[in-house]
Amino acid sequence: MTTFILLLITGLGLGALYFLVASGLSLIYGLMGILNFAHGAFLTLAAFAGWEVGRRMGLDTTSGFVVSIVVGALVGALFAALTEFVLVRRLYERHIEQVLVTVGLSLASVALFEGIWGSDPVYFQRAPWLTQTTNVLGASVGNTVFVAIGAAVLVLVGLLLFLNKTRYGLIIRAGVENRSMVTALGIDVRRAFTLVFTIGGMAAGIGGVLASNYFGYVSPLLGGSLLIFAFIVTVIGGLGSLAGAAVASVVVAVLQQFTNYYWGYGDFIVVLLLAVVLLVRPQGLMGRKAA
Amino acid sequence: MTEATATSVGAHAGPGTPAIQLVDLSWQVGGAKIVRGVNLSVAEGEIVGVIGPNGAGKTSLFNLISGINPATSGVVMLRGTDVTNETISRRARRGLGRTFQTSSLFPQLSVLENVRLAAQQRLGGNLSVLRFPRRDDEATQEALRHLATVRLGKPRRLAGSLSHGDKRKLEIAVLLAQEPAVILLDEPMAGVSSHDVPDLTEVIRGLHATGASVMIVEHHLEVVLGLVDRVAVMHHGELIAVDTPEGIMKNQAVQSAYLGDIAS
Repeated sequence: MTTFILLLITGLGLGALYFLVASGLSLIYGLMGILNFAHGAFLTLAAFAGWEVGRRMGLDTTSGFVVSIVVGALVGALFAALTEFVLVRRLYERHIEQVLVTVGLSLASVALFEGIWGSDPVYFQRAPWLTQTTNVLGASVGNTVFVAIGAAVLVLVGLLLFLNKTRYGLIIRAGVENRSMVTALGIDVRRAFTLVFTIGGMAAGIGGVLASNYFGYVSPLLGGSLLIFAFIVTVIGGLGSLAGAAVASVVVAVLQQFTNYYWGYGDFIVVLLLAVVLLVRPQGLMGRKAA
Repeated sequence: MTEATATSVGAHAGPGTPAIQLVDLSWQVGGAKIVRGVNLSVAEGEIVGVIGPNGAGKTSLFNLISGINPATSGVVMLRGTDVTNETISRRARRGLGRTFQTSSLFPQLSVLENVRLAAQQRLGGNLSVLRFPRRDDEATQEALRHLATVRLGKPRRLAGSLSHGDKRKLEIAVLLAQEPAVILLDEPMAGVSSHDVPDLTEVIRGLHATGASVMIVEHHLEVVLGLVDRVAVMHHGELIAVDTPEGIMKNQAVQSAYLGDIAS
């Protein structure tokens, strides 16, 4: 029972990290039809920026940890907004070029990060309370797991409030359904594009800092390794569906965690799940069928 | 055929300025000429029907006017302003609204949200990222008023759950919320049950009564002929006649091209 609880809660923690990356990916694809392969770069840069600022303040302090999250969120948002404004904006409806540019940016970013910070993972001291565990029904669960889950829930609630309660949220939801009709109403949908990229980058930035605390290191490859599973989560949840991304994040991560523990085939089972979903329900768990 | 003489490109709206003026408007895809040298003028407050067989170029003409497709040559004037090279959203902000043959709604948004989106765009405030709309704010009140005008209840329902006739009504409520000066209706009766046609005809009449100029593409000829001031007939991408409904019914060229069975 203790093992079950431990695997379940750590699975939820991993799912929280997947969701922080996948939420932005899903919104960006839903509104703009763009598969953003550079999303991992937002996460990695934010993780390094958070680490750089945090270590100057003392990463082993709570204030350093909090500041690193804020810095990570801001850097992720800024990098994403610049990417949209400088590169992606010129390429709407040109899907091949979008893939080439975002893949190119992703590869170039990794090379740049390796040039600046080296290719090896940089391990760092975390605040003592983050390295401690909390007992849940006999299972000792690391506190970083609870922090990741709490952050993901806050981001999910914030995004849902934004989408459902604000004027811009209404535009974005409408744009996800029918972008050209939003334009036909006289709405300049490009502002919504930039905003969605920025929000996605911010969530990825928070995810980057939390992931580095979760794993205990920052690395130029941090974003890429999470991005693969975030893409799988986005497809399984249904491209464009925030709720789908949340549900799929939990399903994928918990399944991965249990399978890894008992059989060691966690990654394989996730890819198998992706294949089954694509065959049985190609639009994903909560996505809409293509017209 | 030339139906009217164009005013100078870029002229400002003023008394007597047409709501829409098309000057030698053409659209070509590869070697196929879809719209051929159309000249047409629609006066402020006028309602003009566009009829013609399938493939005549009616919807393509609407796409050129609304900016969905770029004109190969010619000029589109909207209330005295040359909008030929302007984007769809820019033309919409100049007061052009349109519906589409297939439903142009947001099915996963509620009925109210569909209309509210258009109302908030017209009233402004979209840039307020964190501006939480109140339940009773101006855009919501306007949206509810327009829904009442088209006789559509239950505003919290998802638009995708509406019947086809109600979807058409909702599209017109969205148009009302835009308060466009010029309206293009592309087959508003398509797929609507015969029971709903009179009701929808009255809704369109009400739309026109707001003072807007209207162009309507419609295959229900009895609806068009009873609703419009003039009828424009297209055939093979060309405008072959523009006249009153009575004049069109007597026009030999039109009868042979399109109306033969109905007029006889």
